Amino acid sequence: MAIQAAARGQLSLETDVLVIGGGPAGTWAAISAAAKGAKVILVDKGYCGSSGATAPSGTGVWYVDPEREKREEAKASRYAMGGQLAEHEWMNRVLDRTYENMNKLGNLGYPFPVDPSGQPHKRGLQGPEYMKLMRKLVQKSGVKILDHSPVLELLADDYGVGGAAGVNTQTGDAWSIRAGAVVIATGGCAFLSRALGCNVLTGDGYLFAAEAGADLSGMEFSNAYAICPTFSSVTKTAYYSYASFYYEDGTVVEGAGSKRGRSVIARNLLAGRQVYAKLDQAPEDLKPLLRVAQTNFFLPFDRRGIDPFRDLFPVTLRLEGTVRGTGGIRIVDETCATKVPGLYAAGDAATRELICGGFTGGGSHNSAWAMSSGSFAGEGAAEYVLKLGDSAKSRSVRGLSSQSLTNTSADGGASQARTQEYVQAVQDEVKPYDRNLFRTEQGLSDSIGRLDGLWKAQRENTVSVSAEGVKAREAAAMTATARWMYHSALARKETRGMHKREDFPTIDGGQRHRLISGGLDQVWVSTERVADEVAPQERQPVKESVTA
Amino acid sequence: MIEVVSQSRCVSCNQCVSVCPTNVFDKGEDGIPIIARQDDCQTCFMCELYCPVDALYVSPDSEGVMGVTEEELEQQGLLGGYREKVGWGRGRVPVAKHDYMYQLSVRSGF
Repeated sequence: MAIQAAARGQLSLETDVLVIGGGPAGTWAAISAAAKGAKVILVDKGYCGSSGATAPSGTGVWYVDPEREKREEAKASRYAMGGQLAEHEWMNRVLDRTYENMNKLGNLGYPFPVDPSGQPHKRGLQGPEYMKLMRKLVQKSGVKILDHSPVLELLADDYGVGGAAGVNTQTGDAWSIRAGAVVIATGGCAFLSRALGCNVLTGDGYLFAAEAGADLSGMEFSNAYAICPTFSSVTKTAYYSYASFYYEDGTVVEGAGSKRGRSVIARNLLAGRQVYAKLDQAPEDLKPLLRVAQTNFFLPFDRRGIDPFRDLFPVTLRLEGTVRGTGGIRIVDETCATKVPGLYAAGDAATRELICGGFTGGGSHNSAWAMSSGSFAGEGAAEYVLKLGDSAKSRSVRGLSSQSLTNTSADGGASQARTQEYVQAVQDEVKPYDRNLFRTEQGLSDSIGRLDGLWKAQRENTVSVSAEGVKAREAAAMTATARWMYHSALARKETRGMHKREDFPTIDGGQRHRLISGGLDQVWVSTERVADEVAPQERQPVKESVTA
Repeated sequence: MIEVVSQSRCVSCNQCVSVCPTNVFDKGEDGIPIIARQDDCQTCFMCELYCPVDALYVSPDSEGVMGVTEEELEQQGLLGGYREKVGWGRGRVPVAKHDYMYQLSVRSGF
């Protein structure tokens, strides 16, 4: 369908490894591939250093000392919450690599706080500082960065993926990069919900991977919602463990809470009753610490003259989809390879079930997964290319977009309005709590019917190689993502991890498997066995670092 | 959403045009960036943080424009508040190093 890449690239480049996405996973992938001796280009839809969910946030990190007991405790802490779908080998590898990478960050200049004995304390990262440093490290390792350069499609031949093509949204120039291997690190999908830093995360990588023939996994674990003031983008849920929830008249909302009580908030909002919060459980001496540690949590309050420790403020639940959900591109081995030769996935773009199963509180595991899987994928991609040798240069690749791309300029307003309609239509299916948070066979089937229609309509559209075309591809990616989500959710007839079925409210031991999905015009779902192992002893979890 | 680019403070470095993840700004004819696509703003505050002269103001409302003016912001001392908290800028210490980070981590796990 797609036009020949060679015909339109105004900027045409060649490299060994192309990394798509400049958040934590992408930057670690780029550094790790370069360290193996590969020539690397990193393209970011926005700006490597400020793009994505991590850059504007503070995040905890799953950094655990390598003593056996501490590691076992760490692995057990979320195993049951995740519906026993995590795998111990993967948790071990990620704990090891996270430990190594965090120590590296300390040596390379990240300003960790110090403990009373003067040792750096490495349990968290401040997003702006972390990502500014990562950009510097990427540049220092000789990687070429192209900012504001979203991908429109992957390029491939019969032997596998061999590059990508896109457009620079600031200059309007098309670009095309031929590469021996591609790492997708485009993040998850939050459906343009304006959750902090998430509007660049529209599931693009899932669509690209599926167009290349890769599978997805765990897409039913895609209904994360964050507590957030109604007027704000700041989705920092951890602090709400110090909140009480009230109705407008000041009476307490029974059962509402930041962890298990989020459903209560959702049900009230569904019934048209606004819920308010106040951080009145925070001990007095903790308040200054809370104020300093999350630099942007208080920003919206301060700028509105609200004291969140004392004043009630209205809250909502903002969709974070697969950014905090765990589903994503299925990886088939320890190098984070997909089943398509030359294609790798890392970070939120890849499934995080391997270490989290079907649930994750936030920061801790997610940031660990990003930096570890990024490193694995970068190294894997580099080794793959170096093995290919010179044969990579003579490949004749074509574009894989399922929508036709055209160089002729868009018809301006008309296609822009059409894209906005598609986005709105997808949001209408995935945002409502009574569709996505509380799932039923009826609701899911109805949504799938409408989403299939939306996909069909977009599939037939021609997309221009322009900033507007990028938005059209985002709409298609969100539509495809919603379809994999709901087909998978329909197939999982139980409640497990974050996936809640109103019509199947309990966990079913017979469904302790993964759900693999894929397909574009025809979506399919199948089951895959989870590596069988003895479930670790459940312990009283230590105070969770459900970040941020 | 981003609401203010202070004409008097801006030094036309166009850092905000570069760092905005959703490409909200355009370079202006006179060198001062223009808020060209306000609807695309995701209220992530990154432009404000990267502005070396505190010329930008992102209002906290992510859904609509509040209509603040530069004069009000100057009076209330709101320009540059975020950058100061993060500890960026000459002579400041990054908040990442702050002792409270350690203390909170030990007490609360985050």
